[in-house]
Amino acid sequence: MSSIEVRLRHGFGDFEMDVAFDAPGQGVIALFGRSGSGKTSVLRAVAGLERVRQGLVRINGDVWQDEGSFLPIHRRPIGYVFQEASLFPHLSVRKNLEYGLRRVPQTQRQIPFHDVVELLGISSLLTRATPRLSGGERQRVAIARALLTSPRLLLMDEPLSALDHAAKQAIMPYLERLHDEFAIPSLYVSHDPNEVARLADHMVVLDGGRVTAQGDAAQLLTRLDLPLSTYDDASALLEGIVSSHDHSYHLTWISLQGNRVAVPREDLPVGRRARVQIQARDVSLSIRVHTDTSILNIIPARVIGTRDISPTQVLVRLALEDGQTLLSRITRRSAMGMGIQEGMQLYAQVKSVALLS
Amino acid sequence: MTFDWQPVWLTLKLAGTTTLLLLIIGTPIAWWLARTHAWYKQALSAVVALPLVLPPTVLGFYLLIMLAPDGPVGRLTQALGIGTLPFTFEGLVFASVLYSLPFVVQPLQNAFESLGPRPAEVAATLRASPWDRFMTVVIPLARPGFLTAAVLSFAHTVGEFGVVLMIGGNIPGETRVLSVAIYDYVETLEYSQAHLLAAGMLAFSFLVLMTLYLVNGRISRSHQL
Amino acid sequence: MNRTVAIILHFLLGVQWILTPVKAEEVMIAVAANFIDASRELAPLFEQATGYTTRISYGSTGKLYSQIEHGAPFEILLAADTLRPIKAEEEGLAVPGSRFVYAKGRLVLWSLKPGLFNDAERYLSDGAFNHLALANPKTAPYGLAADQVMNRLGLLDGLTPKLVRGESIAQTFQFVATGNAEAGFVALAQIKEWEGEAGTLWEVPADYYAPIDQAAVLLKKGAANPAAIAYLEFIRSDTARKVIERYGYGVE
Repeated sequence: MSSIEVRLRHGFGDFEMDVAFDAPGQGVIALFGRSGSGKTSVLRAVAGLERVRQGLVRINGDVWQDEGSFLPIHRRPIGYVFQEASLFPHLSVRKNLEYGLRRVPQTQRQIPFHDVVELLGISSLLTRATPRLSGGERQRVAIARALLTSPRLLLMDEPLSALDHAAKQAIMPYLERLHDEFAIPSLYVSHDPNEVARLADHMVVLDGGRVTAQGDAAQLLTRLDLPLSTYDDASALLEGIVSSHDHSYHLTWISLQGNRVAVPREDLPVGRRARVQIQARDVSLSIRVHTDTSILNIIPARVIGTRDISPTQVLVRLALEDGQTLLSRITRRSAMGMGIQEGMQLYAQVKSVALLS
Repeated sequence: MTFDWQPVWLTLKLAGTTTLLLLIIGTPIAWWLARTHAWYKQALSAVVALPLVLPPTVLGFYLLIMLAPDGPVGRLTQALGIGTLPFTFEGLVFASVLYSLPFVVQPLQNAFESLGPRPAEVAATLRASPWDRFMTVVIPLARPGFLTAAVLSFAHTVGEFGVVLMIGGNIPGETRVLSVAIYDYVETLEYSQAHLLAAGMLAFSFLVLMTLYLVNGRISRSHQL
Repeated sequence: MNRTVAIILHFLLGVQWILTPVKAEEVMIAVAANFIDASRELAPLFEQATGYTTRISYGSTGKLYSQIEHGAPFEILLAADTLRPIKAEEEGLAVPGSRFVYAKGRLVLWSLKPGLFNDAERYLSDGAFNHLALANPKTAPYGLAADQVMNRLGLLDGLTPKLVRGESIAQTFQFVATGNAEAGFVALAQIKEWEGEAGTLWEVPADYYAPIDQAAVLLKKGAANPAAIAYLEFIRSDTARKVIERYGYGVE
């Protein structure tokens, strides 16, 4: 059974870290928390950049660190992407990329140079001097540089946080493809729920140096007792299958076990796994099915919890027929008027659905 | 009037040897000072900076006592079969290394500190061993610091007078360096010789320092992020 | 350890500016470094005898002279040689005819090691040492005298590789006193003042070298100062001569 097992206890000055989590040895594991929650320290400890007094780091069967042993950083098969790109300013883009690559024995190189360069769209930058790159270009080079060491674990420390919105949106597809293209498990540090929703499969929520929740990302995103659901752009993740394309109205239908939602037309093969994101604020509720509405996506659901998030707003957690969860944010007045309570069966009207992958 | 080149060559040899040794000795000290949080860091920094405060003649005098046949260092050098250091070229190198130490350690320490731990960490995550990352990342990135250190140490050794006078013994070809030669010429009223040497030293120092500033300016421009 | 402390005190505290309080009837004297201690002992005697006070600056004769050239307010120069006083007269910085020799330097061969030699000339000719210290003959009168001694003994060429030159007689003394040079030619006055080990001493016969005359001269600035004139008289008095002799100088 391949898995990631991390136990860390350490005092950093007046900050006490006591973290333990297990995660599947594949996919994207988000380390989520506010700034100061200790997520970067966890990442650094897993990399070996921080020497943790009591620690166990076991990655897919290999012990990198335990009571008696400590594998130095440069012997850990990791790829680390720092918050700022941290390219070596004295080396060209190509030399930066080759820096890690040259230090990995030929027999252990699993990721071809050309593939990485193509995937991250940096082939035209190779001869450039690093100081002349844009923020987004730099971060793509940094990711490529980390990938070229053929890591067994990718560690990303808020790789998008230094970028502006446009650059973030531009680089996101690369990260998503990365995940599909190379089956490298990654620990992804973020404080942005949107980013987590788009990328994460598994999630570890940190607060004050401790793990407050861990598990499947889609489940955790909608948990009312976690801070994630209270964010303004709180959202739910749903897994489905591309079921058909509507050529006349330019839509793609995603089926969710008996129900279906429409997204703007995407050129994806029918039958493919698809992941959609639905913002809590885009979901309204009704007791009966309305056909006299502009809303296309109407899904039957059952209330499994409510939480007042402000004097005016209520967050309602819903379970679909297949067990996946959805969030709806409505006014307290509406909730009172409709008599919403746990176990109640109703219809979620979804105004907008984003297809992630 | 024949021009005596000996003090010039001797001075260049002394400054070159001193600078080379100082870069070898000063780099680990500076690296350690830039990285450590040990409580005695400040104390060690102060010790390194002492030659800046001590008048050269005082330093020279202490050296004379330390290096004497029954002084602590003198006993050691004799036990090692090197003999005693005063009045020898090696002695001047020893003294110059001590005297110019802060001129190498401080620019290097500044360079390492302003570099921060990040570049070495990045290199470590890219499989570079500690030595490897120091050689391939830290040194190239700290190049302006190394250049400053080398030039300051060289120039400072060329201009050194007090210490050399105190422990050198003014032996032609061995310890009679440029500054001592100039002093002698001035004292004996041979002003034309003194002028020649002094002007040469001035021009040389100017050229060295200007080169430093030019090169440093170019590097910092090309590394601007 | 005591020896080290003695050496340090001797050199670090000994060479400095001594300023006595400014009074109306005082004389400002520039004193050559080798005469520091003697002049310090003479000062209160001079005060007792005449009621005038002194203010004394120390330095090498060359430096003092260049200060005088550039307008330093000295009224008397007690030099370590006769060269600078003569020059002062020629350049019009001193009162003509006021110059006289107040002390004659005496050269000794000295080593810190006790019983190093019985026959100093033999010791020099055997040359069984690494370093022999002397003052730079070009700049220091005692160095010139040492040069003459070795020349007279016919040893100069043979000893040249072993010679280490101090910039002044004070530095030469340091070379020997710290044991870095096994022996060296220094001033008898320095030995008299030395509080460390006696070591081995050879007083070089006076006819082996040209006299090391130390001349005093009345500077133009002091020409009208009765205290200055009184000091020059005092330094030739029997009281002063006794002190000067005790410090290892010859007197005329």
